Amino acid sequence: MEANTRNGDIHLFRVKDCALVRQSTGLKALTLREFRDLMERIPSGSIYHHFWGRFLQPQFDEPEYNNDFAAWAYHGLHEKALAEKLSVIDPTEYEDIEDLRQELIDRVEEYIYENERVTWLRADEEFFFLQSQLVVLDTSLVMNEPNELLDLIPRMSLGSIFYHFIDARKRTPENIDDFSTWLSGFSNQYQPLIMAFRSIDPYFSSLKAIRNRLYEECVRFF
Amino acid sequence: MDLLERYEGVAGKEVVEHLRQLSMPLQGKRVVHVNSTREGGGVAELLAKIVPMMNALGIDTSWEVIRGSQSFFECTKGFHNSLQGNRVIISQKAIDEYERINRENANELKKTLEEADFVFIHDPQPAALIKHFPNRKGKWIWRCHIDCSRPYRPVWKYLKEIVSGFDASIFSTAQFVQSLPHPQYIIAPSIDPLSEKNMELPSEEIESVKKRFGIRDDIPMILQVSRYDRFKDPVGVIEAYRLARRIVPLQLVLAGGGATDDPEGDTVLKEVRQAANDDPDIHILVLPPDAHRTINALQRAADIVLQKSIKEGFGLTVTEAMWKSKPVIGGDTGGIRLQVIDHYTGFRVRTPEGAALRIRYLLHAEEKRREMGERAKRFVRENFLLTRHLREYLSLMIAIFHELKDRVDLSLMNCSN
Repeated sequence: MEANTRNGDIHLFRVKDCALVRQSTGLKALTLREFRDLMERIPSGSIYHHFWGRFLQPQFDEPEYNNDFAAWAYHGLHEKALAEKLSVIDPTEYEDIEDLRQELIDRVEEYIYENERVTWLRADEEFFFLQSQLVVLDTSLVMNEPNELLDLIPRMSLGSIFYHFIDARKRTPENIDDFSTWLSGFSNQYQPLIMAFRSIDPYFSSLKAIRNRLYEECVRFF
Repeated sequence: MDLLERYEGVAGKEVVEHLRQLSMPLQGKRVVHVNSTREGGGVAELLAKIVPMMNALGIDTSWEVIRGSQSFFECTKGFHNSLQGNRVIISQKAIDEYERINRENANELKKTLEEADFVFIHDPQPAALIKHFPNRKGKWIWRCHIDCSRPYRPVWKYLKEIVSGFDASIFSTAQFVQSLPHPQYIIAPSIDPLSEKNMELPSEEIESVKKRFGIRDDIPMILQVSRYDRFKDPVGVIEAYRLARRIVPLQLVLAGGGATDDPEGDTVLKEVRQAANDDPDIHILVLPPDAHRTINALQRAADIVLQKSIKEGFGLTVTEAMWKSKPVIGGDTGGIRLQVIDHYTGFRVRTPEGAALRIRYLLHAEEKRREMGERAKRFVRENFLLTRHLREYLSLMIAIFHELKDRVDLSLMNCSN
């Protein structure tokens, strides 16, 4: 794990930070058919962006849907049922971003098949496929022991929370957050805290709310 | 208190600390911003703040302003209008002048621009400088501040050839992006919380502005700040006011600038006055361009702010009102959609009837109005302050060194290499 380096017998957690800058892919969809066709050829980074990168761009505290595709299905096309079908997709369940892409295409195709009227339905607003570049930085913050979480989590930037709690799910082979991975390197006594961290559903909160939840769990545990 | 510390006070300590960290890999880099005016307009306002902040972060940054003739500025005004979609015929003579002025400025700025690590060229006026720097050392970025979602094609065709030579471009929203053969970044505009237009004001000053314009204390006040332009639908705002006023006592303030460079402005202003029909509770204000504190005071005095545009670029007046904890009733268009989250930070409407309904609702539900206003302010603090704008510039400079990479992990490398 990137954030967890072994130094003799001590596990160090190096806190990283990140910032994101958005790029256009030049692709946009106004109908569901266009959306489905473009899904096949958008860069994989665009799928990443609309599931994960969205956390680091303007969004309201309580997003209704866990990805931008579902949000557009509702707000742009006013197809609530499609929005629901797209929003239950948990991106961490897919080993590879191409599998995730296929799942999205399958769900849209299935919906078009079941609802012929929607094929050429024009959205109120176009869906702009974006992608992003993520810049990852080292901070000077380092943790040696789990109880240091109590002091450090409230001081972490939202970029750090994104990197260690959201991005880690896509970056690490276990698809879990960096804090849980780090804690599992210690004794079993931290299992309840790991379970508490893992029970936080990151997709319906802002990064600030996630940071508060993580802190609350630490306060409860320590 | 130094500049960065002042921003810590309004944007948060961690936000400024984040900027400091992001600036570390850029220490020693030489950055030059180029535009065509030192004063007036949003770009100059932005540069007046961002350049000192970048220097305060240890990045060697300067701001150069190109000099031009009257006919040069007439030509670039034509570019501006045609990027916004107006059909403007630009003569070959005007193009020749545009290129001549850029060539002259290129000679004057030769050393500065040739040696810079990053050159940000703002808008079309200085864009043709790039033609004169075939041996440039650094990365050149074209920053387009204009709504060019539907540019007039013949003019865009000419400009496109020039801006295609840049290493990257930046547009304000995804809607504005045009097809170009290099990475196109999206960076939303921002407001400066410490500027005269957005800083906290003493309550006496707000009261004195109300008094100056005869705004009553005994009934609620709704406000729209915008040019007298049909796309801002000021007549629709009056209609909404009248519909709402049938039920609730109300006064309306329309505050806009003079019509210096907009031939249609006077006509629209006449239409607005006609629609107001001498209603003593409709205040139509024509303010000078530097009336920032007055606008600030009016926004703070308002109970609800409207921006009932039919077409809108980004809508910084929406951001300004939200920063002052006001819920905004905005037209369902352009950048207003990025800011007004329906039912959370305000309401998006499509008709005067819709606006009237939401005015009545917000005046009735005082607690809701306060909650929405607080959310609106928080939303702006997290997303639309100058500090976020600067953060994205810094990230972009780092990212641009690694053009095609989705992820640049500086903890594993040294950017200055």
